Amino acid sequence: MSVYLLQRFASAFPVLLGLTILVFSLVHLVPGDPAEQMLGEAAVSQEVIENMREQLGLNRPLHEQYLAYVSGLLQGDLGTSFLARRSVADMIGRVLPSTLILTFAGLGVAIVLGVSLGVLAAVNHNSWIDNATMVFALIGVSMPSFWLGLMLIFTFSLQLGWFPATGSGGIERLILPAATLGFAGSAIIARMVRSSMLEVLGQDYIRTARAKGLGPRTVVLQHVLKNAMIPVLTVIGLEFGRLLSGTVVIEVVFSRPGIGRLLVDAILKKDFIVIQGVVLLSACFYLLVNLMIDLSYSLADPRIRYS
Amino acid sequence: MSQPTTVPDTTKPQRSEGLWRKSVKRLFKNPGAVIGLAVIVALVLTAIFAPVLAPHPPNRQDPLRSLQAPSAEHRLGTDQFGRDILSRLIYGTRVSLRVGLVAVGIAALIGMPLGLVAGYYGGWIDMTISRVIDLMLAFPGILLALVIVSILGPSLFNVMVAVGVAASPNYARVVRGSVLAAKENVYVESARAIGAYVRGIMMRHILPNILAPVIVLATLGTAGAILSAAALSFLGLGAQPPTAEWGAMLSEGRNYMRLAWWITTFPGIAIMVTVLAVNLLGDGLRDSLDVRLRT
Repeated sequence: MSVYLLQRFASAFPVLLGLTILVFSLVHLVPGDPAEQMLGEAAVSQEVIENMREQLGLNRPLHEQYLAYVSGLLQGDLGTSFLARRSVADMIGRVLPSTLILTFAGLGVAIVLGVSLGVLAAVNHNSWIDNATMVFALIGVSMPSFWLGLMLIFTFSLQLGWFPATGSGGIERLILPAATLGFAGSAIIARMVRSSMLEVLGQDYIRTARAKGLGPRTVVLQHVLKNAMIPVLTVIGLEFGRLLSGTVVIEVVFSRPGIGRLLVDAILKKDFIVIQGVVLLSACFYLLVNLMIDLSYSLADPRIRYS
Repeated sequence: MSQPTTVPDTTKPQRSEGLWRKSVKRLFKNPGAVIGLAVIVALVLTAIFAPVLAPHPPNRQDPLRSLQAPSAEHRLGTDQFGRDILSRLIYGTRVSLRVGLVAVGIAALIGMPLGLVAGYYGGWIDMTISRVIDLMLAFPGILLALVIVSILGPSLFNVMVAVGVAASPNYARVVRGSVLAAKENVYVESARAIGAYVRGIMMRHILPNILAPVIVLATLGTAGAILSAAALSFLGLGAQPPTAEWGAMLSEGRNYMRLAWWITTFPGIAIMVTVLAVNLLGDGLRDSLDVRLRT
């Protein structure tokens, strides 16, 4: 297992290296002079622009700039925002917990709702429950999350007054954003659980389990669901990434602080150092979660051994 | 009594035509796909005949009639500037369909040649292209599109480019996988044996035989592109005022939700119906062409 872990980390290294190159290049891919772009209307004189170039290290050769960038990253330095005049790591650190809480809450909603509906549809295959679940899944993947969020605010905050419409802190401000974020994910997970379970339900060992007198609940929970989990785990891993980037829209809809809102503000203000930091961090999180999902396969299926 | 034997004409690609015809027949037997196709046809007609169908010019402001509820004159109400919501929705169909098609076109134009070359040549070329694909897929969801918009700047055209580029690795991966299987077929070996050029083999022999998964991916990708572009416009990074784009309309109306629910409700329904129709058609195509996507 530890050898496999090392191998997986080693295989993630080229992707990480590529990520740093891509994220570093972001500033240099901007059409025109990055310093002028970042200063915008504040670029009143050549001296101000030159100061900015100096501050960003843009006057140094490209390879030196990259090495300085990577060495900074290794020390936890993501750079300093020109507009906020604060360290990007500090800016991200302040809002990251809020985004992670929202992402995990959304993932919780997606898994609980998705697995329940998927099991229900598979167990009642070709019935009205199955058809209704699949219609729900189709609507779920087709509904824009920002619209669902606004409709939930309109219904549960403005009309019924059950939950606060915006802001963060407290479970009551988390329910609507988490439900919005997790809704589309639940549709995707429900489809995968259903198809995976239908495949397992046709296996001989399920017939054997039934033949030896096990109850339907035991058969579904102990035999079918456990064996159907591998593809579901993969989808959950992919969903985590989608939810993490989905927070961008949800945080704007519900006016929640978070790295998604930080990113949108930075794009609108052309604060490239903040954009670099947020993008790199999100992609690293995604890589890490995919690694964890890979490792969790052996928990779902002990026949999978890593060597 | 001996039966007269007929020699099949092997010069014509009969099998391929038969498969396509069968697939189309299967598609039209799928009620979901037929509904999806009918809605898409209706949307295309709406986009083409927008100037005839729209009761008012989409950007005409009338401050005296701002935030009016749905009525006989304004069937879906008016927004904060007194603009007719129905007319803006009708013109918005043009924008959304264009965004979906252009983004998918860009994704296919970038992804397909990369996948073809990687799958056909193999070796270091495949390894290099595959690593670039892996790198692009390391960005979750619409993050890559956001990165590209941050480089190019906010605008509707840049959103189309961003969504297209961000989706291109999916096409490259699907095409690469299909080419790896297709290039082992006898007809490719025969073409190679008679001295056909590599480009000819790729374009004439391999490409037509790997189109089925690409068609399915492109259809489902159109739905994703419309959703992503609407989300980016909602964030203020896509269509700019006064363009009648559904995502931007939703964004403009969110501050007036308490007073005028219709500004945010109808554009959302329009996006959902369009994406649902494209998804229904995509699912139908996947079933009729019997494709398993390996993205």
